[in-house]
Amino acid sequence: MMDSAKTKALPKFTFSENAKHFLVSNAVPIIFLGLSAAAIPLSGFSMGYLVQEMLTRLARNSFLVLSLLIPIMAGMGLNFGMVLGAMAGQIGLILVTDWSVAGIPGMVLAAIISMPIAALLGLICGKLLNMAKGREMVTSYILGFFINGVYQFVVLYLFGVSGILKLPGIDKPLRIPITNPQLVLSRGYGIRNAINLTGIRRVLDSALPASLRFDFGSGPFTINIPIGTFMLIGLFCLFIVWFRRTKLGQDMRAVGQDMAIADSAGIAVERTRVLAIVISTVLAAFGQIIFLQNIGTMNTYNSHEQTGMFSIAALLIGGATVSKASIANVFIGVTLFHLMFVVSPMAGKELIGQAQLGEYFRVFVSYGIIAVSLVLHAWKRMQERERARRGLRGEG
Amino acid sequence: MPDRAPLLRVEAVGKEFFGNRVLEEVSFSLAPGEVLGLVGENGAGKSTLMNILFGMPVIQQTGGYEGRILIDGEEARFQSPFDAIDAGIGMVHQEFSLLPGFTVTENIQLNRESTRHNFLVEVFGERIRTLDRPAMKKRAQDAITMLGFSIDPDTLASEMPVGHKQFTEIAREIDRKNTKILVLDEPTAVLTESEAQILMQSLRNLAGKGISLIFISHRLQEVMDLCHKIVVLRDGRVVKEAKPSDTTVFQVASWMVGRSVETRGESRRQRVETETVLEVERLWVDMPGETVRNVSFSVQKGEIFGIGGLAGQGKLGIANGIMGLYQAGGNVTAMGSKLSLNAPAVSLARNMAFVSEDRRGVGLLLDEPIDWNIAFTAMQVQDKFVKKLLGGLIKWRDDAAMTEAALDYIEKLEIRCTGPGQRAVELSGGNQQKVCLAKAFVVAPDILFVSEPTRGIDVGAKKLVLDTIQRVNEELGTTIVITSSELEELRSVCDRIAIVDDGRISGILPASRPAEEFGVLMMGESPVAVSDAAGGNG
Repeated sequence: MMDSAKTKALPKFTFSENAKHFLVSNAVPIIFLGLSAAAIPLSGFSMGYLVQEMLTRLARNSFLVLSLLIPIMAGMGLNFGMVLGAMAGQIGLILVTDWSVAGIPGMVLAAIISMPIAALLGLICGKLLNMAKGREMVTSYILGFFINGVYQFVVLYLFGVSGILKLPGIDKPLRIPITNPQLVLSRGYGIRNAINLTGIRRVLDSALPASLRFDFGSGPFTINIPIGTFMLIGLFCLFIVWFRRTKLGQDMRAVGQDMAIADSAGIAVERTRVLAIVISTVLAAFGQIIFLQNIGTMNTYNSHEQTGMFSIAALLIGGATVSKASIANVFIGVTLFHLMFVVSPMAGKELIGQAQLGEYFRVFVSYGIIAVSLVLHAWKRMQERERARRGLRGEG
Repeated sequence: MPDRAPLLRVEAVGKEFFGNRVLEEVSFSLAPGEVLGLVGENGAGKSTLMNILFGMPVIQQTGGYEGRILIDGEEARFQSPFDAIDAGIGMVHQEFSLLPGFTVTENIQLNRESTRHNFLVEVFGERIRTLDRPAMKKRAQDAITMLGFSIDPDTLASEMPVGHKQFTEIAREIDRKNTKILVLDEPTAVLTESEAQILMQSLRNLAGKGISLIFISHRLQEVMDLCHKIVVLRDGRVVKEAKPSDTTVFQVASWMVGRSVETRGESRRQRVETETVLEVERLWVDMPGETVRNVSFSVQKGEIFGIGGLAGQGKLGIANGIMGLYQAGGNVTAMGSKLSLNAPAVSLARNMAFVSEDRRGVGLLLDEPIDWNIAFTAMQVQDKFVKKLLGGLIKWRDDAAMTEAALDYIEKLEIRCTGPGQRAVELSGGNQQKVCLAKAFVVAPDILFVSEPTRGIDVGAKKLVLDTIQRVNEELGTTIVITSSELEELRSVCDRIAIVDDGRISGILPASRPAEEFGVLMMGESPVAVSDAAGGNG
């Protein structure tokens, strides 16, 4: 008798409801697919050009976006704190450029230098986020601004040939020696805004060069594939897959689902959360180094600022949510987001005669998509609750 | 099993919450492999006793407990549940603590997973060990097999029926190798009859393997069937310890209830059906743990209408849904016109008031003084206790009137306090409840919903609260809907009582009917069968 009552309560869904559910669950990628499909013919770009661009941008950005996955697994949402890692990576790059360590050794050294800095920043971030449970995103976002101030202070006042910051009782001013005149402002301290990363430009991308020739009928074209970078990204993906199978990964999944239950099972919830952020921050530092080796120049005071925003936007466009993200979301998201970037200026020019529209569009889109994704996420959860609630209603 | 030394001894354990005594001089012992049934009405102190045994932080935070607990002859004073687990106590809670996105295996072995070594462990430490999925699955299978039940270890918890969740919870405790004592709090409440039978058999198997069980249940027949010993708690004391073979279900039930609540001297005045003030049709309410599925009833003007039923069946959801506190749907007509649900302000504006079962969460502004609490709803909804300046452009709080009203109710309801300025959080449970009632009375409602009015308050306060509700009904003609877990309480004040089972009303009977008829309804018998039985009697 109880049995029949229970089965009666199970909700039934029609095909159209299931189709709606699918559309709702994947609303963001579908919207972007539609927008791109409309914009590609308008832009007039050739297939070969777009494929090459997408490969370059996948190599450039995927590592950064992948670094967001672990905190999501631990239930900490989208980690704007990755900006901290990006800053650590840039400090590493400034130092290796000053020491003139070039090539792959230069990149590795930059990574080694940035690692402890990123770990320390991640530790601070993690501890703070533990005090702000449930509000991780906004807290890490604001923390990014604060650490940016610290970063600017270090780079602008402590780095240089001479120092200005005198501490009482010490004769020499406090400074971190940077001697390369191309890096230091003419006043003797502070790093210039634009740094040429000649030593490591594209070293990873061209470490294992490969090019393929295609002919889709519109004339033959060559596509260069940065195998070295993709191998590193592949390694990272393997790491994430493996990490999910470790005890620590399992603990993170548990903490991500329900902190109270994880706590009552004896999992060190706070420590696990801190570790998730530390790992993510360190990986973001590596990601920023890979990103900048592809670009080849670094804006000391700006390069890191939009890293978080663009990475998060890309991940969300790939169909991830605040609480669930996969490796596939990363690659779909980076592709769709950057496809939009590449085609929208030209599409804008064709439509309105203004190429700036595209530049405006990319910033507008990044902020807009994050806002829309957050709202959609909340709305989706409401829909799911409503779906579950249908089982409660009285029959007839 | 005569000479076995007790595994667990509870000696003269007592506990007080906010000046309200809930346990006094509780003593019993448990031998290895013994099954002890712990029975008592709602609020008899079972949960508190188990919280003490399991070292729950809430006990420490409210000043610890009296008496001693000995395990294997040594005194144990657990600081946290982990101490209790280390000492070999396992607990299966009433509410599930399973992770919805984890499989049965992962849930069973939460934080006790089988792992393998890998080279990175040397660098990053033990937590980076790889999970040994095949070994985990085998262990899960073993634990499930030991229970004599079959579940696919790869099913996600979110996709399992409730019965399977219960087995998974128990399997989790069994998987812990050192578990010697297993506490089961209402394990069969959510199970179907056949599932319950399987569970009983598995529990017997466990006891046969030397694990001692403490079995808490409202289903007395199960307790009689399964246990070696029954301990009856009433008002925080052990009133009886007996062997099932020496007693009957009815005897145990009478020990639980104790003195039969003295029936009212005169029977309730017979109500003439005047007019319907509240009409509820096909109401559903999404209240966690108290889901209402399909409820229809109507209440006459001036009536006291009772809603009873076992915990978790949905009786509490009804008032919460009508008052707009939880998502609800269906048709509710109050005083002749349709009520739009899901908006507390609308329900309040229709001159209905609610005394919530969640006194400390919904009922009171804990950090505010008594007079503010009493005046709050009236001030918000009816502009009472408000002085208007400049023709209502500026509204001013009328402190004098608030204090006056508070003093009036403090006297009428015998609220024990230092004065209207005392903060609500400092009052005892009974006095907090009186403040909640005063807050509702001050609105002068046409319909008053009261949920669990006597939960967690002492006997003297109970009587006063019930008397006050009846007086308001008689003097002011207020229609009252009382929801309570205590059937006798409902029978003593109500005109008619509806019994809720599985989110539906299984029957509505006049309060004068014998208690057994209500008991039958609570067990979920169909109303038709009952009315047939009643017809046969008459």
